[in-house]
This record gives sequence, C-alpha cells and structure tokens, in this order.
Amino acid sequence: MSQSNIMPGFRPTLGFTVLYLSLVVLIPLSTLVFKSLQLTWDDYVAIIAHKRVLASFRVSFSTALIAAAIASFFGFIVAWVLVRYAFFGKRFLHALIDLPFALPTAVAGIVLATIFQPSGFLGKLLLDTFGVQIAFKPLGIVVALIFISIPFVVRTVEPVLLEFDASMEEAASSLGATRLQVFTKIIFPNIFPALLTGFALAFARGVGEYGSVIFIAGNLPYISEVIPLLIVTKLEQYDMEGATAIALTMLIISFLLLLLINLLQLWVRKRSGQL
Amino acid sequence: MSISLSNISKKFGQFSALEHINLDIPEGELVALLGPSGCGKTTLLRIIAGLEKADAGRISLSGEDKTEQHVSHRGIGFVFQHYALFRHMTVFENVAFGLRVKNHKTRPSEAIIRQKVHALLELVQLDWLHDRFPDQLSGGQRQRIALARALAVEPSVLLLDEPFGALDASVRKDLRQWLRNLHHNLNVTSIFVTHDQEEAMEVASQVVVLNHGRIEQQGAPSDIYDHPANAFVSNFIGQTNIFDLDGEGNAWLQTAGLSMAQVQGKIAHVRPHDIVIEKTKVDSDTWVTLKDWQHLGALIRVELVNNGTTGQSAPVYAEMSNDQFRRLQLHKGDKVNLRIRHAHWFH
Amino acid sequence: MNTIAQPNMALREPIHPNTLHDPVWVKGSLIAIAIGFILLFLCLPLGLVLFQAFSKGLTAYWTALTQADTVSAIQLTLITALVTVPLNTVFGVAAAWAITRFEFLGKSVLTTLIDLPFSVSPIISGLVFVLLFGAQGWFGEWLSDQGVKIIFAIPGIMLATLFVTFPFVARQLIPLMQEMGSEEEEAALSLGASGWKTFWLVTLPNIKWGLLYGVLLCNARAMGEFGAVSVVSGHIRGLTNTLPLHVEVSYNDYDVVGAFAGASILAGLAIVTLVLKTALEWKQHRT
Repeated sequence: MSQSNIMPGFRPTLGFTVLYLSLVVLIPLSTLVFKSLQLTWDDYVAIIAHKRVLASFRVSFSTALIAAAIASFFGFIVAWVLVRYAFFGKRFLHALIDLPFALPTAVAGIVLATIFQPSGFLGKLLLDTFGVQIAFKPLGIVVALIFISIPFVVRTVEPVLLEFDASMEEAASSLGATRLQVFTKIIFPNIFPALLTGFALAFARGVGEYGSVIFIAGNLPYISEVIPLLIVTKLEQYDMEGATAIALTMLIISFLLLLLINLLQLWVRKRSGQL
Repeated sequence: MSISLSNISKKFGQFSALEHINLDIPEGELVALLGPSGCGKTTLLRIIAGLEKADAGRISLSGEDKTEQHVSHRGIGFVFQHYALFRHMTVFENVAFGLRVKNHKTRPSEAIIRQKVHALLELVQLDWLHDRFPDQLSGGQRQRIALARALAVEPSVLLLDEPFGALDASVRKDLRQWLRNLHHNLNVTSIFVTHDQEEAMEVASQVVVLNHGRIEQQGAPSDIYDHPANAFVSNFIGQTNIFDLDGEGNAWLQTAGLSMAQVQGKIAHVRPHDIVIEKTKVDSDTWVTLKDWQHLGALIRVELVNNGTTGQSAPVYAEMSNDQFRRLQLHKGDKVNLRIRHAHWFH
Repeated sequence: MNTIAQPNMALREPIHPNTLHDPVWVKGSLIAIAIGFILLFLCLPLGLVLFQAFSKGLTAYWTALTQADTVSAIQLTLITALVTVPLNTVFGVAAAWAITRFEFLGKSVLTTLIDLPFSVSPIISGLVFVLLFGAQGWFGEWLSDQGVKIIFAIPGIMLATLFVTFPFVARQLIPLMQEMGSEEEEAALSLGASGWKTFWLVTLPNIKWGLLYGVLLCNARAMGEFGAVSVVSGHIRGLTNTLPLHVEVSYNDYDVVGAFAGASILAGLAIVTLVLKTALEWKQHRT
C-alpha cells in the first residue's frame, strides 16, 4: 500500500471521482429508493404479493440457480482442461471463453432463440428425438443463462487452479492417497471457494439478465416471464409505482445476495486459515 | 531399510539430469545428497520417491524392486522444499491425512489416529498448534509439521528436499541439530538434499557429492574432507587454495614449503589450515605480504599476496587460531614466510 | 461484480511431473466434454449469426446493411461510444489515482461503490433515468417546459450507457496501480518532475496496456448494451435505435436477414474485441 504525502493531485482526482460517481451512479440509483418511499407499505405489499410478480421472481431465481449450477459444473471442467492439459486448439478455446462478455446480449438472444426454437437447428433435433422443447419455455431461459454464466465460472476458477501448488498433490500422493482421493480431499477443497464465487457471480448476473433471455423465453406471464421483463412491461403500461417497487425489491435481493456471497467467502477463507 | 540404485539415468529434453547413477545406502544412515544447483540432486531424490520416473535404471528398497511402484504405494515419507502443507486443513488434519486415506482394511480407528497424531506432534514439539492452519505458522514450525506428516505413515525411508533451504539462518542451525537427534532416535533411513556443504557435513552420516548428474564421491564427512576424490570435491567441500604448478611464477612455492619432490600432479589443493605462517627473517628472499585478515570467531583468516616475484596475483588464504595469531604479532603489510604442511594433488 | 479475466492471466503450459498425470481416459473424456460444451454454447451461436445473415445471399445482406435505419443505428452506436468511453476513461484514471496513491477515510466504501453498476440489472440501470427525467419523473415537467428531451432521446441513451460502462476502466486500473506501487512516481517527483509530467512520463507508460484493456472492454459494452438502453430509448426507428435495438426491432418484425445483418456487425465487434483482448493479455504478460 502506498501512502505518500508528496504525491500530487489528491483533491482534484478524489473530488472528480466523487462528483462523477454521484452524478452518474448514486443520484440516479437513489431515485429508486426515494420513489419507493412515496408508496405506502400496503401499496408495496399489494404490488409485490401479486401472483404474477411472485411467479416472475420464482422463474428468475430458479432458472438463474439451475443455470449457474450447470455452468459451474461444465465451467469447472473447461477451466481444468484449459489449465491442466495440452491439446490442439487450446489457445483458440481460451480466447473464446469470454465471448459472452463481448457479444451483445441482444445478439446472443436472437441466436439462441433461432437455434433452439422448434424449427431451429438444435430445437428440432431435441424435439424429434427426446420430445423436449427448449425455446419459449423456462428451459430456454436456463439455456440463455448458461451461455451468460460460462465466463464467470471459468475466469474465477482458472487463476486459482493455475496457482494451485502442485506439490500439495505430490505430498498427498506420497502419503498414500489415490488420484481420486487427491482430487476430492486436496484439489477440490482448495478450488471450491473460487467455484462458489463463480457460481454466485453467475447467479447474480442471471437474475438481472434481460437481453439474452427475452427472445428465447416466450415471455408467458406466470410461466416464463422474468423480473426484468416484468419491470419493462409495467413501465410500458406507465405503471411507475409497480416498476419501482419490483425494481427496488430486486435490487435489495441482489445486494443481500452479494453480502451473503462475501460472508460465505469470508467464512470459507477463515475456515481454511487464509485470513 | 537399505536403498539401492542401479544405473539411474534421466533426461529432460536435451538436458541430461542424471547419468548412470549407482548408489547403495545401508539401513539407518542419514545421507546428504550434496551438490551445486542443477546437479540433479533433487531429481534423484524425486526418482527415489517415485515422484519422477527415471528413463533407465532400477530402484530397490531392502532388496525389493520398486522401480515401477507408484509413489502412493512406495511407503516413503517425503518432506517438500516448501513443505506443501495442505492449506485448507489444520495441523492435525495435515498429519492425520496419510492415515485417513488408507483403505478400510488398513485404516486405523479415529481414536488411534488421534493418539498417533498427537504423539507425532509431541515428537516435533508442536502439539499446542494442532488446531492452527499452515498459514498461521512460522517457517520452522511448518517444516516440523511437514516432517510429522511424513512420519505419520511410518515410512521405511524418509526423503527431505532442501529441508532447511527456506528458513532463516538462526532457525536453520537449531533445526539441523534437531533433525540429527530425531534421526538418532527414530533410526529410519533418511536422505536429504542440500547445496550447503557445511549443512551436509554437520548433519549427515554419509555424504554423496553430485555434479553434472554424476556422483563424484560418496563417504563419511571426514573421508570426503580429508580424502577428496577429485578437484571438484576438494574445491566444493570447505575452503581451499589452488596452485597450478604448470603456471608461471610458482617457483616460490618450493621455498614456501611445497616440496617439489612430493609433486604428484599438476594442481595442488591446500586447505587454509594446512598453511603455517612464520615471521620472515630479514634476509629471506621469498617473502609474502600479509594483506588483510578477518576474524572468524575461533579462527583468524589471513589473506596473503606474493609480490616478491612476478605472476601469482591470486591471494593465498591461511587460517590459524586466535592464540597463534596473537603470538605471532602480525600486522597488515608484514612480510611472512609460509610453509605448506599438506596438499591434495590432482591432474 | 463482474469478473473479467485479468490481463496478466495468460496461458501457461502445464508443468506437472509424471505422477500427477491423469489416466488417458479421464483426460480424453474431460477434453471431449470441454470442447463439446464450448462448441455447442459458444462456437455454434457465433457461426449461426453469419449463416443467418447470408442466408438470402450477399445482396440481401448488403441491402439490409445499407438501409437508412441500419445506417442511422450504426451511427448512433458509434456516437454513443465516442462520448461515453472517453468520459469513463478519464474517470477511471482519476479514481484509480485517488484510490491507489492516497489513504483516506471511506476508501473501501468508494471502491465498493464504483463496482455498483455491475451488480445492478441493466433494466434497473435504465429505469432510474426514466424515474429522473421521464414524463412522470422528478425533472420531467421542468425539462419539458424547457423543451429538453432526455428520455426517448439520445441524451438518455448516453446516460444509461455511461451508467452500465461506468466501472470498466477504474476496475482494471486499480489493482494494476496498486501492484505497481508509487516508488517510481516518488522518484520522478524527487528528481523535480511536476505532477503532470510524472503522470505522463512515468505512470501512463506503466499502465498503458491495462488502460487499453479497460477501454476495450468498456467500448465493447458501450456498443453492445441492450437492456438499459432499450428502457430509455423508446425504439424510434432512424432516431433513437442503437444497433442492438435495431437488431431487436428487425427480429421482432420477422426481418431475419436484417436482424442478423446487424447482429453480424456486433458479432464482428465481439470477435475484434476478443482478438485485441488476447493480444493485450499476451503483451502484458510479456512486459
């Protein structure tokens, strides 16, 4: 940490930082809180406890949870393979992992909808062979969210796996552990906090995702309508109170989730003596 | 358990790390694999452990061929250079690991494991740290925990990779003595790798000197010091003055006491304590100047330059006791005579 | 909230001794799963964009791209990026300087607040500006009296984009400058360099690749943002449609070639971003 009295520019840079942060982020976000305060508690409960709103919360959270779990499983394998094994085309795959960060969500949305719609390339295949329809169902949301989640998991697990001290594996091996025991008792517990972080980041992002979801979701109220879409719908109906109340609730839940994740990480690190 | 290596070779790409290593280590010895960095000593240790596979050659423990056996079945204890403690486990869990991963039939009960781990922690005098995590320990403590963990599986052979390399000088001194005593009590055949000749001489009962992937000499520390097999060993173990008799201007050595009648090679290695210094008589024609001296504790090291004749510009080092130095009443710039009591000859 | 790969995270070759090698069948099947997963979820969508864009031939593709609405959408996207990226870059440098070079009360709070936009749903990012400047918003009436339009107009798009791309540069620079330390700058100052000179001659050369990396990611998001922009834009064709919005509108109108022609440009942007990103990672790793 650098602490220095001779460094110039403290006042102008900090002043600009705080001012700009306030103008662009803090003041706009606080309107959400102030606007909600105009609602009475009963109004608020009436909006949030509405069946359609509750259903959208259920859809958003359950699909984000499932997608984050699936992405964590495959993301872990991808990170493992990228770090541990050498094979042809590895660099290409490595660069491709960040595609969901770089590709605009609207593009991801229309492409995934096109692939998985019943007449689409994979949609038809899955419908004909397994009788499973993905697009325009909650399953479609899951697929879109998996796409969004991949880099979160891979990019949090990868550096930890890369820095993992291989002599711990050798030590376990020399003490008589089998390869499977080495994985379950040594490698996995050390990677787990990172995997958990990746999972949580993917989950938090998935709950708020809009662009990639709306094209493939079908957007049926009560079934495949996500929270962000419901907010947009309320807005389009000029129902400002409804939109604000739902948005604030969602914001609070995501902050609580963030807090939970941080506490969880703190706990994991404390438990393993890294703090 | 005795260890026997025959004809071990290992290459990394084009680089030949080990060439035709043959080595027999009798049971109960504490052996130092000594050599400069890159000489292949760590590779050899890892091959004995089964962490690395030799390209050729066989390894047997107690006469049993273990060449193809996986590290997890070889029954060795390995202490890693940076300890490789499991950072997500407590000290206790670390030491218990080797016992807990045994299969159902051979795994002792939890009660016995607990008893055994605590006994080991007491052996390394760290039982009070049993619920700490590795990151909360000092270097010396980690080292002892790593040792306790390796001992938990009752290895027939204990292998230590640079066991003192990552420690402070003061901690290192203590641990050397401690390791020697521990070995004395446990009497398990042990091999450790080091690049520090002083450490090897102080701790080991047998020293194996390696260079460029070959064994230069094997023997007890005193053997190696008193009878170095070649110029490399002589130069690597302890301090030595090197005199090239083919070089110009070495005639003065003769009058200095290095009798040419005894010449047994081209190069003479002379230990500093084998050089005796006398104050020169005024009319002596072969004097040497005392340039500087350093206090090494019990000994005084004297730096001498020969500026009486041409050539030979490298300084000669001699060592003597404090008493002797005081008796001679030497000062910087004094002219002295030297006498060489003993030299090792090489070609 | 958003973990974008740190630039120093380039690929290293695995260095593992023999004993740690997994059995061939394990290794083989894991590689197969990983490649299969990436092909299905990443390569296939990327390929399909091009396939669909050219499905009716080159002329149809070209017609869709040169259509007036498309051209104006591309223009608006470029202008938005041109305004927002420099602003957030200046902010990022200032914030990183203040945070990494000084100790002050509330520093960790400030660092957390900078990351805030990453943890907010894009829809909420747009909504807050509607609440501020929309017809029913706080300044809505006053603004319409003045004849100024922010929501359903270009300023709204700029503001929403500014919000969602806010943390990118700062986030990239803070750890970088933290790690760098201030010794070199102190040396320059002690040799008599002014504050500006120190920044231009010592700090900037040291952070340039990290800075470019942040700018690159910021730009990709600015050009590609959909959710936040869609709330404030009003989807007025030829006026307030950015390229991602134009893609949505065309798609909803069943204009497949039009939608995918627009999408192909955005996908091209994504590929260029990835290539430059990889190059920057490589560059940073080497220096």
